[in-house]
Amino acid sequence: MGDIWEILPGLGDKLAAHVVLSASAIGLAMLIALPMAVWASRSPTVSRIALGLASLVQTIPALALLALFFPLLLSLRSVFGEGLPTLGFLPALMALTLYALLPILRNAVTAQANLDPGVLEAADGVGMTKWQKLTLVEAPLAAPFIMAGIRTASVWTIGAATLATTIGQPSLGDPIFAGLQTQNWALVLAGCLASAGLALAADNLLWVIEVGLAKRSRWMTFGGMAVVALGIGAALWAQGAGSDERRIVIASKQFSEQYILAKLIGSRLEAAGYAVEYRDGLGSAVVHSAVASSSIDISVDYTGTIWTNYLNRDDNPGREAMYETIREWEARENGVKVLGRLGFENAYAFAMRQDRAAELSVTSLTDLAAVAPQLTVGGDPEFFERPEWIAVRDAYGLRFAGNRNFAPTFMYNALQSGEADVISAYTSDGRIAADKLVVLEDPEGALPSYDAMLMLSPRIADDAGVIAALEPLIGAISVEAMREANLAVDREDEAKLTPRAAAAELADKVGL
Amino acid sequence: MTATDPLLVFDAVTRAYGEVLAVAGVSCAIQSGSFVALVGASGSGKSTLLKMVNTLVEPTGGAVLFGGEDVSTLPPARLRRRVGYVFQGIGLFPHMSVAENIAIGPRLTGEKLGGERITELLELVELEAGMASRMPDELSGGQRQRVGVARALAGGPELLLMDEPFGALDPLTRDALGTKVRELHERLGLTTVMVTHDMAEALLLADRVLVMDTGKLVADATPRELLAGEGGDIAQGLVAVPRQQAERLAALESLGETPR
Repeated sequence: MGDIWEILPGLGDKLAAHVVLSASAIGLAMLIALPMAVWASRSPTVSRIALGLASLVQTIPALALLALFFPLLLSLRSVFGEGLPTLGFLPALMALTLYALLPILRNAVTAQANLDPGVLEAADGVGMTKWQKLTLVEAPLAAPFIMAGIRTASVWTIGAATLATTIGQPSLGDPIFAGLQTQNWALVLAGCLASAGLALAADNLLWVIEVGLAKRSRWMTFGGMAVVALGIGAALWAQGAGSDERRIVIASKQFSEQYILAKLIGSRLEAAGYAVEYRDGLGSAVVHSAVASSSIDISVDYTGTIWTNYLNRDDNPGREAMYETIREWEARENGVKVLGRLGFENAYAFAMRQDRAAELSVTSLTDLAAVAPQLTVGGDPEFFERPEWIAVRDAYGLRFAGNRNFAPTFMYNALQSGEADVISAYTSDGRIAADKLVVLEDPEGALPSYDAMLMLSPRIADDAGVIAALEPLIGAISVEAMREANLAVDREDEAKLTPRAAAAELADKVGL
Repeated sequence: MTATDPLLVFDAVTRAYGEVLAVAGVSCAIQSGSFVALVGASGSGKSTLLKMVNTLVEPTGGAVLFGGEDVSTLPPARLRRRVGYVFQGIGLFPHMSVAENIAIGPRLTGEKLGGERITELLELVELEAGMASRMPDELSGGQRQRVGVARALAGGPELLLMDEPFGALDPLTRDALGTKVRELHERLGLTTVMVTHDMAEALLLADRVLVMDTGKLVADATPRELLAGEGGDIAQGLVAVPRQQAERLAALESLGETPR
């Protein structure tokens, strides 16, 4: 795990983004919660409603709250126009702000409710106006308790901000998500360590301010505030310094192949003199819209995914027709340029153990249908709900003795142990080669194709330099080469590679 | 306003809390320069009546006139700065030093009290100038209430209201502070209204005693008149307590044992 110390210094820009996001969310939450607390202290109804709503928000898992802002902002585009960002900083800020409201609001309301009534009467008695009473008596007396709420909110927010990665906002969640996917534990630990360290630092600094307020020590209060301001200022400066020229942003979804291809694309662009930035571990649904809105510049997407999810088609016109339709649709509807196909498919396919396939003499789905009633089929958790399964089932009349769901990793284990006789594999998965599996043929063409395509955002769609750098990738990557690279990242033994190393090896192999 | 006009007039003042009448129609006039004690048992309405003077409580009927003006027509903040108020719970601001507490009234109107004036106010209530920088929680109960009195006097008020000002103090402190307040009343030419449940304190400090019972004014007399048996049954019931105590103490002194 010595790698952690090599990874940590490289997380500076993620840390800066994390600090700016968290600080903005807490600042905005304070702007909302503090006036609301004042209002709540004057009206029990407002107090009940405000605290009730804030508590309700807390019950929504942070990951879901972040994801919910995407459709919300998308629908708001009809009001605010197409310029409204649906991914990245804005939705992350909104979700985290909602999340930070409760501790600040609750502490502020409780603090005001617990103020000595004698002191409040004295404030009226000496002739204070409502405003003077608030600023001279209520606010200073409640300040330490409010600060304690802000501390709690800060620790929560800094933790939850790691999830902003999934909606395309850079944060310390980037290394965590990338590491989890590629089973690079040093990367995961480095991300966790950095965000935990940041949370601890913020907690301690705010504690100094809290004690300063309680003991009425100006030195502690303003000293603490100055250090906090300095930290936020440095993060802003670091962010600003990095973004003089817009970099080319490359997306990856949450599986190994995507990380490898992103690094392969990135290294080619860097060699051509471009500054690149990786937005790793994005939710699958987020990537397409992000490219369409140019908040991300390059992604690798699959024909079958776009076909069913964005064109809402469930027919299968064949591999070439599907690709041409998508290419034309992307250019027309989104201004996205489909540069071309990389040469391999990552499709759903049915796979069996070699010995089992031989024993039952199955080489195609037609053969499979005949023996299916004695067999158990395994799929990933969503497979049996997907249109691909329904299409195949109906085309071949597949009736299995049983359907079982497995997490993708365990699906292959189940095949080895005999708990499943046939599984829904992914054609570019390295484990097909490693486990020497047979991929069954699909003579009816029932399974849609999943050709990997290189997608360019409208912003760089006509950038000749980018196109020149990436064109050699088109048609260059065979499914065997991709499987090998995927296996190198997924494997657990000493031959395991990082996505970057696997990308370099892949480039060598395909002669780039 | 001439010298003989009353500074403070209660004109058929009532205050209802739902069905309950805390103050049930009180009328009386208080002359400038007088020291009036408002006496009654707990719940008799005396504190409520006092708070209606600086509108901490608003009357549900009748009016309170201060210097000839209905207090409900005056801006509350400005009215309260003309009326010094000493609280039962003392009510010092715990986050402000002694000096800041004393200077708060003038500060609200944008006036800054100098160190000399603070020292002078501290001296008035027999506290040392060095106390100015202390925080309230570093003071004894008696010292705190002295600061409370200094705060009430800081704005040069026309009227001093005191709500059970010595209730939380030990008897020695209580006696000393009571005497001090009476002395300041004379020296500064104040008009003072003090709420207390202690008839002895009222008799010894005030020059006029108002007795309240269930929201009504049941006696209005000088201490001498009360001691002479005037003012009715309720007032006499209250006067009887310190009188009997004094008699028992006197008997104890002469007989050397406690009479039963």
